[in-house]
Amino acid sequence: MFKEQIGKQSSKVKNVVERGAVKKFAEAIGDLHPIYFDEDTGRLSKYKANIAPPTFPRTFDYGDIVGLNLPAKGLIHGEQTFHYERPLIVGEEVFCYSKVKNYFEKKGNFGEMGFLVIESFGDDQAGNNIFSSTSTVVISEAVRKVLVK
Amino acid sequence: MSSLLALQVGESIQDIQLEPVSRMDLIKYSGASGDFNPIHTIDDEAKKAGLPGIIAHGMWTMGNLAKLFTSYYEEGFVQDYSIRFKGMVFLNDVVTLKATLKEKQEQLLRFTVQAVNQQGNEVLKGEVVYRQY
Repeated sequence: MFKEQIGKQSSKVKNVVERGAVKKFAEAIGDLHPIYFDEDTGRLSKYKANIAPPTFPRTFDYGDIVGLNLPAKGLIHGEQTFHYERPLIVGEEVFCYSKVKNYFEKKGNFGEMGFLVIESFGDDQAGNNIFSSTSTVVISEAVRKVLVK
Repeated sequence: MSSLLALQVGESIQDIQLEPVSRMDLIKYSGASGDFNPIHTIDDEAKKAGLPGIIAHGMWTMGNLAKLFTSYYEEGFVQDYSIRFKGMVFLNDVVTLKATLKEKQEQLLRFTVQAVNQQGNEVLKGEVVYRQY
């Protein structure tokens, strides 16, 4: 069911690293360091600006992958990676998209588990990559049965 | 530790012990991240999903752990951050965040990172590759 989706991707969506969103996110992960929100700290830093925490790309819109219908419930987040070329700068525009990198099934303690690997990207306006990430989502047999219906 | 430069292989960054996980922590993270899966905030939904109670977003713990590196922003940045979620974090759990330097190769500092609960069980583990300028 997910195997046919491998290689499919979404169209790029323009996101902005919003000042308020970065502060709220930093607060929510208990990392309210001034480099994330204080303008003077940003200006005096080597970035000449504020930056965003490494897991901030969780908040971006990556667009929809046509044909990929994930259930709203019953998914388990198994693994997550981020790779950066440089930190994200507050105020910049980031063009984001996702693709289905892989899908495989393995027998586990809870029956046949499905592993869906989604790879996501954030590029600058010129198309240079800033970050990429992968999320491995575990889908139990029970949830897959509901999806087939 | 004022600089990561002084850190030797085998040494650790100072651990951070978080306050006991509260429902408000998870409500805030839901709002800030846009992940409104109700198993993180609403007891009945967590129970319906077969859980004993609400659990923290894995990304909440992963987000928290990155703060071990935040204050070194003038020296470099987190180039790679890879995590495997190993166990659930429940309300009132006390999570401790750890990072140990495993390898130094020129500008790259490779850390083993983990978050453990009050029983000493790993809730997540992985690696941070820190690129120094």
